Amino acid sequence: MRLWRRPAPEPPASTRVTDGPVLEFTEVSLTYPGPLPVAALRSATFSVHRGEYVTIVGRSGSGKSTLLNIIGLLDRPTTGTYRLDGIDTGLLGDWQMAALRARRIGFVFQAFHLMPHRTAVENVSLAMLYTGARGAARLRAAHDALEKVGLGHRRDALPTQMSGGERQRVAIARALAAQPSLLLCDEPTGNLDTESADLVLHLIDELRKDGLTVLMITHDESVASRGDHTVRIVDGRLIDPRVVDRPAAVI
Amino acid sequence: MAHDDQAMVIRRSRIRLVDLSTEVTAGILQRPGRAVLTALGTVLGIGAFVAVLGLTASAQGQISDRFTAQVATEVMIEDTGTADAFTEPAFPPDADRRVRRINGVSHAGVWWQVEHTPPLPVTGVSLPGVSSPKGLSVYATTAGFLEAVRPRMLSGRLYDEGHDSTGARVVVLGAGAARQLGVRDLQMRPAVFIDDIPFTVIGVIEDVARQPELLSSVMVPRRTVEEFWGEPAKAGQAKMLVETRAGAAQVVARQVAIALRPEAADRFKVIPPPDPRQLRDQVDSDLNTLFLILAGLCLIVGAVGIANTTMVAVLERTSEIGIRRALGARRRHIAAQFLSESGVVGLLGGLVGTSLGVLTVVLVAVAKNWTPVMPIWTAAAAPILGGIVGVLAGAYPAIRAARIQPVEALRR
Repeated sequence: MRLWRRPAPEPPASTRVTDGPVLEFTEVSLTYPGPLPVAALRSATFSVHRGEYVTIVGRSGSGKSTLLNIIGLLDRPTTGTYRLDGIDTGLLGDWQMAALRARRIGFVFQAFHLMPHRTAVENVSLAMLYTGARGAARLRAAHDALEKVGLGHRRDALPTQMSGGERQRVAIARALAAQPSLLLCDEPTGNLDTESADLVLHLIDELRKDGLTVLMITHDESVASRGDHTVRIVDGRLIDPRVVDRPAAVI
Repeated sequence: MAHDDQAMVIRRSRIRLVDLSTEVTAGILQRPGRAVLTALGTVLGIGAFVAVLGLTASAQGQISDRFTAQVATEVMIEDTGTADAFTEPAFPPDADRRVRRINGVSHAGVWWQVEHTPPLPVTGVSLPGVSSPKGLSVYATTAGFLEAVRPRMLSGRLYDEGHDSTGARVVVLGAGAARQLGVRDLQMRPAVFIDDIPFTVIGVIEDVARQPELLSSVMVPRRTVEEFWGEPAKAGQAKMLVETRAGAAQVVARQVAIALRPEAADRFKVIPPPDPRQLRDQVDSDLNTLFLILAGLCLIVGAVGIANTTMVAVLERTSEIGIRRALGARRRHIAAQFLSESGVVGLLGGLVGTSLGVLTVVLVAVAKNWTPVMPIWTAAAAPILGGIVGVLAGAYPAIRAARIQPVEALRR
């Protein structure tokens, strides 16, 4: 099988940076089938451009998780088109979705999802495990990413020895290590105290200033306000102030 | 078209083999106690397998050990002693020649211990300081018998049919008897006296493969003994030793009595060597099969144990599976990880089990004074069998793990 194929050289930069938006949703819907079909996402249209910091705000049950799963290529929409870096994801097979997750999307979760028995640097280096990069290169990238989030000195600490804020910063380092096109954050401060939350949000601000494209999903209006553009989600409908010519309510 | 363009841009997720092994090691070591318990079933199953097979082989080796070339090629013929005083001795004078004619016989000869009251005195030349030895046995033997015991000569030679048929007054000494009689140098044509009759020593035997009592005895040609002291004192005392070629013993044993005395074959009792196949069959007894079945059961229990703990581990590590998928792992990467983990646990269990099995065989062999025998293929294949059990047991949990939806796994 192709499980152990030699890693190919990095593709030329031109394939990583396209002219269009990083993320582009065109009338994306997801309906969960069943005797009573649930329309979790209805005809969502919005886009995130390179270097933008977009927040999506909504209450629990509003369809945030569904949106996150589709954006994160963990689930497929029922209808509509989702382009990531200009690639139409509707045409992709499972392995291609996995490959895009590995290289183009950096996930940050509310529950951190670090491996408890691995040190910080090991956790971060897992990000590139499935890209086929060499161990030494992965460790170097992991160390750089830890430095970037200000945890270079904690590289050998176990998650259990770290505060919540530190753990989330390790998770952010993991998301950054593979140099993704998009940092996808799902309630990154949901499990943190105010002080740690501020630190993490400040870190994201800093990363954004360095040119990172960030999409953050949250229920917290004050967190959402830190983005330079906010999209609301209510009952599976996206309300994007930028998309005026195509009201989301028309179904 | 757009699809093709995209396919060029998207590079497959992959994991390097060395990284996979690191992940597998970490996965096993993150709960070492559980890994040990998981492997225990395989340890017991494989250990039992190896021990049973090793003990069987050792027991068989033990039998073939006792079953040396000497025993396997040796047929003994005894006089049943049914003759009365008027019949001639059971073994005819040309017994050696009659038996040697049978296909497969290499040497054959008659012998008996010469009994006399009072015991025949055996003395050497009286020398100051050399006391007369006591209790040296005198054997009447044909020339063929001396060949059949496979002697190694210290000096001189054996007597041959010529000596035997003419009743020559010669003797061959065992090394011990020669020492007691003060016989050293055969160049001097030394003599010994039996019943005050002088005999020339023509050879000294250093060692024999059969009938070691000859080493402290004096051997005299059969005909010579008969001339001086007559036939064996008791009927049934004389015996015949036949050496056959390898594998011929059973066949020779069936023919030898008739060859000796076609008219009265029932005067002989023929003792063939034990049949090796029979002995082997005895060892492969029902008990052995039972043990192997038990070992198989142990192995099945071990497999169920591995399957069970791997299943639990999959459920426990759902979020790990989710994060791996989010980081780009494909289903097959997840399956490969869990399959390898259970395979390695099985392999390690197999290795430890094999070691314990071999140890058991060695200890039993020491206790029973056996030579431990371990078929090399058993020892080599047993750990691999453990690995196979591990992989088979891990197959279902691994498939389950691969099917876990990352969406579900990452839900808080």
